[in-house]
Amino acid sequence: MNVEQAREWIAAIAATVEAEAETLTRLDSAIGDGDHGANLKRGFAAVRAALDGFEAHTVGDVLTKTGATLISKVGGASGPLYGSAFRAMGKTLTSPDVTTEQLGDALDAGLAAIRKLGGAQPGDKTMVDAWLPAVAAFRRKGPQAAATAAEEAARATTDLQARKGRASYLGERSIGHQDPGATSTALIFRALA
Amino acid sequence: MKKFINDPGDVVAQALAGLAAAHPELRVDPDNQLVIRGDAPVRGKTGIVSGGGSGHEPLHGGFVGPGMLDAACAGEVFTSPVPDAILAATRAADGGAGVLHIVKNYTGDVLNFEMAAELAGDEGIAVETVLVDDDVAVQDSTWTAGRRGTGATLIVEKVAGALATEGASLKDVAAIGRLVNERSGSFAVALTAATTPAAGRPGFDLPDDEMEVGVGIHGEPGRRRAKVTRAHDVAALMVDAILTAKPGGGDAIVLVNGLGGTPLIELYVLFGEVSRLLGERDVTIARSLVGNYVTSLDMAGAALTVCHADEEILRLWDAPVRTPGLRWGV
Repeated sequence: MNVEQAREWIAAIAATVEAEAETLTRLDSAIGDGDHGANLKRGFAAVRAALDGFEAHTVGDVLTKTGATLISKVGGASGPLYGSAFRAMGKTLTSPDVTTEQLGDALDAGLAAIRKLGGAQPGDKTMVDAWLPAVAAFRRKGPQAAATAAEEAARATTDLQARKGRASYLGERSIGHQDPGATSTALIFRALA
Repeated sequence: MKKFINDPGDVVAQALAGLAAAHPELRVDPDNQLVIRGDAPVRGKTGIVSGGGSGHEPLHGGFVGPGMLDAACAGEVFTSPVPDAILAATRAADGGAGVLHIVKNYTGDVLNFEMAAELAGDEGIAVETVLVDDDVAVQDSTWTAGRRGTGATLIVEKVAGALATEGASLKDVAAIGRLVNERSGSFAVALTAATTPAAGRPGFDLPDDEMEVGVGIHGEPGRRRAKVTRAHDVAALMVDAILTAKPGGGDAIVLVNGLGGTPLIELYVLFGEVSRLLGERDVTIARSLVGNYVTSLDMAGAALTVCHADEEILRLWDAPVRTPGLRWGV
């Protein structure tokens, strides 16, 4: 991935988040407070504006700028979680061109940032449930496999009982609804594929 | 959706502009969506900052003023504010004695306030945090994100604000805030869901004869659904839940809080029932508040908060306060 491709990835995320905002919000209405789609849409619109005319020398520059913008524009839990993930990825990618292996390491760093900040374990019905298998698949078989793994994992959160975030207040009633955070993570990996 | 708004995207900014117009004694920072005491920072006073998603008015902007908060940050509707805004509020509130953050226990609020506290620390501003988690409808266990912060937030803000006004240190102000939280329990029941301007429709569907038991203040569904019963039974449910989780007798500050869409006449019916039930459990209502204070937009419903108070808490509760949403003794 080079700087231009990093920009394309972020632009693709922004486009898919905008297209899927209603779906994310509908999923969030069922078990959260119904703002996930609107928040991410607002955040990535701000990212688009921030990257426009931003001089990036490395892939990391693009991702770090993306993360910082998400943190300062989104709010809620998804702002700091995705923001920290992109910042953590950015910090590991310090050249204009990065290998697939380096990108895999960066995705791992992003996952670690999410887990550290949110404290979620696999199976808690959060974005971690999609991010984890996606990174593993990316390392084995590349971006297409990562996107598919994230989508499958997001769907599989339907059967889980939430133990983190606002959905956890519902206890058993959270079962039967797909997690909006895992769903938006799947969008991020689909945009990479 | 029928609402007095211009554009769903601008509701918070325009509400803050209206608040500023109605209360010239306050300052509003439109860029960061802050409400600030007109004379802040007060030199030598422990600053007090709270904030969270909008839609809970008068919480928090309506509680800014002498005797309570120095600054409040308003996030988007039901969305916590961002670290930059919380940092700006912290700077505005810092009179050199440090700043207390009063944070409701929601993942987003906790994360964003944590980040802001770190940034403030880098600038040499001492920050302590009181985490409010009074909602006994949620089990505090490894299976949840912990109890939510609801009605007790108002009591924490009032009592901590009064102690800060007397010149107490950041540590002492934080300690009284934590004590109030520890001694408080809340429980809410909703008759309808809230409609956020962005979503445009109620957060959940509720048949005419059913209520959500154990709801929070973000339009999220509660722990279970039940047939609507008489006010007496609803009050008994609330009192039982709170006194089971937070047992105790003697003096209490009791808040019957409307969630935004319930008229006072019904809140007073509930208060009458609560008053009798608490009496049977040897809890004395030393101070009370009935009205819409910690709301969830247009949600019909009510929450009960009981704070087992000692003399010091009652004294600080009685201290003068001058804010848009709470005002006495001045």
